[in-house]
Amino acid sequence: MSTTSSTQAPAASDSVARSGATRRPRLLISLFLAPTVIGLALFSFLPIVASVVLAFFRWDIITSPEFVGLDNFARLASNPTVRVSFLNTIGFVATAVVVQLAVALLLAILVQSKMPNWLRTFFRSTLFFPLILSAASVSLIMAYLFNQEFGLVNEVLGWIGIAKVGWLTTGFGAKVVVLLVYVWQNFGFTFLLFIGGIAAIPKEVYEAASIDGATGWKQFWQLTLPLISPTMLVASVMAIINALQIFDQPWVLTRGGPGDETRTAVMVIYESAFRQLDFGGASAIGVVLTLLIMLVTAIQFQLSKRFVFYG
Amino acid sequence: MSTQAVEARRPWQGIGTIAKYVVLLLATFVTLGPVVWTLITALTPTDPVTHVTSVGGSAFADVFAKIPVWLYVWNSALVTLLVALGQMLSAAMAGYVFARFEFRSKRVLFGLILATMMVPMQVTIVPVFMLIRGMGLADTLLALIIPALPTAFGTFLMRQFFMGLPAELGEAAAIDGAGPWRVFFSVYLPLATPGLAIVGILAFNYHWNEFFRPLIMTISEQNFTLPLGLVTLQGNLGTGSVSTVLAGVIISMIPALLVFIFGQKPLREGLTAGVGK
Repeated sequence: MSTTSSTQAPAASDSVARSGATRRPRLLISLFLAPTVIGLALFSFLPIVASVVLAFFRWDIITSPEFVGLDNFARLASNPTVRVSFLNTIGFVATAVVVQLAVALLLAILVQSKMPNWLRTFFRSTLFFPLILSAASVSLIMAYLFNQEFGLVNEVLGWIGIAKVGWLTTGFGAKVVVLLVYVWQNFGFTFLLFIGGIAAIPKEVYEAASIDGATGWKQFWQLTLPLISPTMLVASVMAIINALQIFDQPWVLTRGGPGDETRTAVMVIYESAFRQLDFGGASAIGVVLTLLIMLVTAIQFQLSKRFVFYG
Repeated sequence: MSTQAVEARRPWQGIGTIAKYVVLLLATFVTLGPVVWTLITALTPTDPVTHVTSVGGSAFADVFAKIPVWLYVWNSALVTLLVALGQMLSAAMAGYVFARFEFRSKRVLFGLILATMMVPMQVTIVPVFMLIRGMGLADTLLALIIPALPTAFGTFLMRQFFMGLPAELGEAAAIDGAGPWRVFFSVYLPLATPGLAIVGILAFNYHWNEFFRPLIMTISEQNFTLPLGLVTLQGNLGTGSVSTVLAGVIISMIPALLVFIFGQKPLREGLTAGVGK
């Protein structure tokens, strides 16, 4: 459908006469593509290539770059902070993505189940609300809610006799808070995807199933889950890619602490480049992170061949 | 047998319905609760240690006294509006060309544009920073605006949108003597308003809230955007007054709330466009 314009009737316009049968306004095409193509080439493609090249150099902006081969990568592997930050990131992604998908799926199924329309609209709108807020603002709010001395969370826990928890001052507590705050803000996106996926399932499928006696859990496992598996794939790929890039929440909540307990891969990129002026090292971490994202995505698409059901 | 099964299911269903609403209301409470608490705390400044409501002095006034709020709002608004407008225009133009015309290397070009969506911004930030520095734009608002103008996702979205509009409209206009430029600006662009709204709202929401790029690209306080400014309110060791910080947070939320109220339908559709269907 997009190409029918090339078969347009030869009208009075100049460009038609000039370019003959295939009517292509070349000037318009080039000018319209220019901002996007030049922009992305300059600020996305070139930087990707530059990042890979830079990973093999030592450079502090001031002196000229020096080729060091794989030295940056070797340094990363032996640097405990980098190692811990990658382990933190992987642990965070594994837990956050599972929690995010589970919460979003549960809520999407509940919202799409039988209920009055106005109520459905209400839940559909309010549940994704945190998504529109800035991660920095959200983290500022949560830093107070989880404050050990005067935070509301500890106060409420105090009512049922639980002693004050050092949410942001202990390694485990800080990890839990970063996870909760991240999931709180981001599950809405997955939730919207699932709502779309569930809404697309034809009602007749369920009617047929309940006639055959499949209800409740059986319907969920044998119908809903397989039928939304394509949405599940998209949702999990996007959730993993986003979670691998976590920065704002731990930065505002803990600055990576206590110690290195909540330091993430992107935080180390930021700190090595803009604090320690180790641009080669930062690029090398970026390259490793990208490879990790590509690897995980490839594995997911491979696995999806076995589990995703296209109806 | 079958009637029995129906009978037996009824009480279970009743409990199920109650449980369903309990879970959903709890979830609503969890998503909205912290924001409501923020609003209440910002409006009733209390001493964090003694819990005594402080006499005199509003937290909102305190925010304006501590940081140049209007400057940060102006910076954020300028960046956000220019990026949103720029993305709407560039995405509409590129999306239109990809939807309507055949030309050499079209597939390759479109594939490359989509591929840039896969690479996280954090990975390219060092070279982008170098480039911006080389262009003499380091520590200016342009450093935040220019690299954000082209949008791969927006281009994809607008292409999908234009492909949904009938080609006959343009053909009819061409027969009536409209040149290719007029066909775009007077026929297709007005029809693309819903698609443009989605691109604009998404850009607005993302860039108004953005933290990572401004943190890197701006150094002097006069170029801070609102999220950066707010974090400085928190103080070095989180010593800032709770009410003051939260009042600042509320101020920063107002545009997001407006977007939520007026733009939530297109936003909801835009966030899932091109992936769900």
